[in-house]
Amino acid sequence: MTDRAEQFRALFDPRGVIVAGASTHPGKFGFVVLHNMLTCGYRGAIFATNRDGAEVLGIRTLPSIDEVPDGAADLLFVCTPAATNSELLEAAAAKGVRAAFIASAGYAETDDEGRRRQDELVALADELGILIVGPNGQGLVSTPSSLCAQIVAPYPPPGRIGIASQSGNFVSSFMNLAIQSGVGVSRALSVGNAAQIGVLDALEFFADDPHTDVALLYVEGIGDGRRFAERLGAVARRMPVVVLKGGSTASGARAAASHTGSLASDDRVFDGMCAQVGVRRARTLTEAFDCAAALATQPLPSGPRTAVVTTVGGWGVVTADALADTDLELAPLPEDLLDQLDRLLPPRWSRNNPIDMAGGETKDTVPEVLRAVVGHPDIDAVVMLGVGIQSNQGALERSGPFYPDHGLERIVAFHERQDRRYVETADALSTEFDKPVLLATELAVTHPDNAAVAAMREAGRMCFPSAERAVTALAHLKAAAAWRRRRGLDPSGTR
Amino acid sequence: MTTLSESQSKALLAPYGVPFLTERIAADADGAAVAARELGFPVVVKLCGDTIAHKTERGLVRLGLRTEGDTIAASRALLDAATEADGPVELLIAPMVSATREFIVGMVVDPQFGPTVLLGVGGVLAEAVADVVVRLAPISVVDAEEMIDSLASQALLGPFRGEPPVDRAALVGVLMALSAVAVADPSVVSVDLNPIMIADGRPIAVDALVEVERP
Repeated sequence: MTDRAEQFRALFDPRGVIVAGASTHPGKFGFVVLHNMLTCGYRGAIFATNRDGAEVLGIRTLPSIDEVPDGAADLLFVCTPAATNSELLEAAAAKGVRAAFIASAGYAETDDEGRRRQDELVALADELGILIVGPNGQGLVSTPSSLCAQIVAPYPPPGRIGIASQSGNFVSSFMNLAIQSGVGVSRALSVGNAAQIGVLDALEFFADDPHTDVALLYVEGIGDGRRFAERLGAVARRMPVVVLKGGSTASGARAAASHTGSLASDDRVFDGMCAQVGVRRARTLTEAFDCAAALATQPLPSGPRTAVVTTVGGWGVVTADALADTDLELAPLPEDLLDQLDRLLPPRWSRNNPIDMAGGETKDTVPEVLRAVVGHPDIDAVVMLGVGIQSNQGALERSGPFYPDHGLERIVAFHERQDRRYVETADALSTEFDKPVLLATELAVTHPDNAAVAAMREAGRMCFPSAERAVTALAHLKAAAAWRRRRGLDPSGTR
Repeated sequence: MTTLSESQSKALLAPYGVPFLTERIAADADGAAVAARELGFPVVVKLCGDTIAHKTERGLVRLGLRTEGDTIAASRALLDAATEADGPVELLIAPMVSATREFIVGMVVDPQFGPTVLLGVGGVLAEAVADVVVRLAPISVVDAEEMIDSLASQALLGPFRGEPPVDRAALVGVLMALSAVAVADPSVVSVDLNPIMIADGRPIAVDALVEVERP
């Protein structure tokens, strides 16, 4: 293991953690971080320092880091005022600490004095061989170690997405979406002022991290653009990377007298760089998370030919419209597939893509139609709509005054079983044929305990809250696959 | 920053494989008429000089000249339009290309990302339409192909108003040429090939503007 890798190991999978500046006041960082670590189930040793040696949340604090047993902790979480942190770092290094997260403010974000203090801290950390993240950062999450070392919620479900952000708020937002969707997170890091470690350092760690399949980044400042592009590109060849960039609309003034100079705006250059190095650039917070979630939980499509399968009309039409705005194609249905579907569906079905089943389901119709469509060699991807509606009716019946009489108990259970089965079939077919099968329904947010939504969550996949969001995510999958294929890279090589 | 004249710009770019028309330079109207006869009518006459950057905006391009008389008259008018600030000027005579499709291909050094190559829908509406794709130089052939695929106006690349589809390989060649310029000559700050006209499907640069930074 390289020194940097060992430092990152200490950051995300520490044997023990020291919280410097633990507080009895429930409004202080030094209380909240300890609370979050204890509550979210970190299994390593936890030490805390406090000038007065007070007890905090049942932990007997130590007056100084010197009291911590040698080698018992390798991560330091710093909540103390900026002025004292150099001494802390030295004391922690003497105890075997290899990584420190500095939550404290009062550094380069304030004034020249803060900038000087920050530079000194980095120089000291380099000398001591300690990786420091921050200062002025929100914290870190590492689900393989059940570690929530953050001064704010939430703690996400475990999963395969690694998050690194120049803004702590975005870490929280992405993790909230992870909680809502059930598509989880491996590691999350807010880099704060990025004095020593920036998002690209975290990204390079993710590329080697066996717990992380997809990287999700939020960036504002880029620094040396060439270097940024090279480092981003090197990782993107090995792992899917999604980037959300703040400040996209700020236009850069160019001195050039040329048309080219005025056309090559900052945003277009960044956009082109992302397309070139094989990074998926998202325009919004939800698009970024959806894209990462799709990359983490769906196979890449072999091409653009998309089938839309829906239980009833309007949804399919709108989804076809959304497809038309992307590089995806609404696949024409081949004769043999039409024949197969004619045998499975009532005569009033759409006989076209979107495949509108016109509510003509018998017990096995949906699984059989799905198998025919997903399994067909001329179909590269499927968007499935309308799951969960029967269970939603069931939910109303279950809560009404007539339940469980009038046969309601039996029919509600039947509908819930069926909706589960549809989702489990979609999941299994996606795996069997190695094709993306995306489910979309607003029930994902309006009724998260709907049987179909719950089944998708249990399958570990994203149930998209709208068809448009599913289509946008699928378009990203298609573009990611096309980028790899055109460069002779195995599209499945990243997962 | 120095702007090269059109003929100097073309001389710098041609060795990299940028496709230009055969052109002649003339000092006066009679010379222009001789050149036009050699090239064959119709011709275009432009006033060129080191400090003249945007000829169209200043009305310094005369299109579709069909006779020697027209050529002489247009050339005199252009020479009369030259100002003190333009410094030494000359006339550039080129065959008239008629094309309905115009693109812009360019190179510019971005302050953050360094040299970039740009492709867009061109002509006088280039900045208004802003259908533009950028990549960092150097680009690969695959990058160049993806740039063409990424233009929103894909209809312009296929068969168009009775003209054949754009020769994509040739357009890739233009993009690769500017990428090569960016790599080989760090003094070049920006290049405009605007417009690149599509004549019988083949891209031809009918104008060129190079900006250089000389110590």
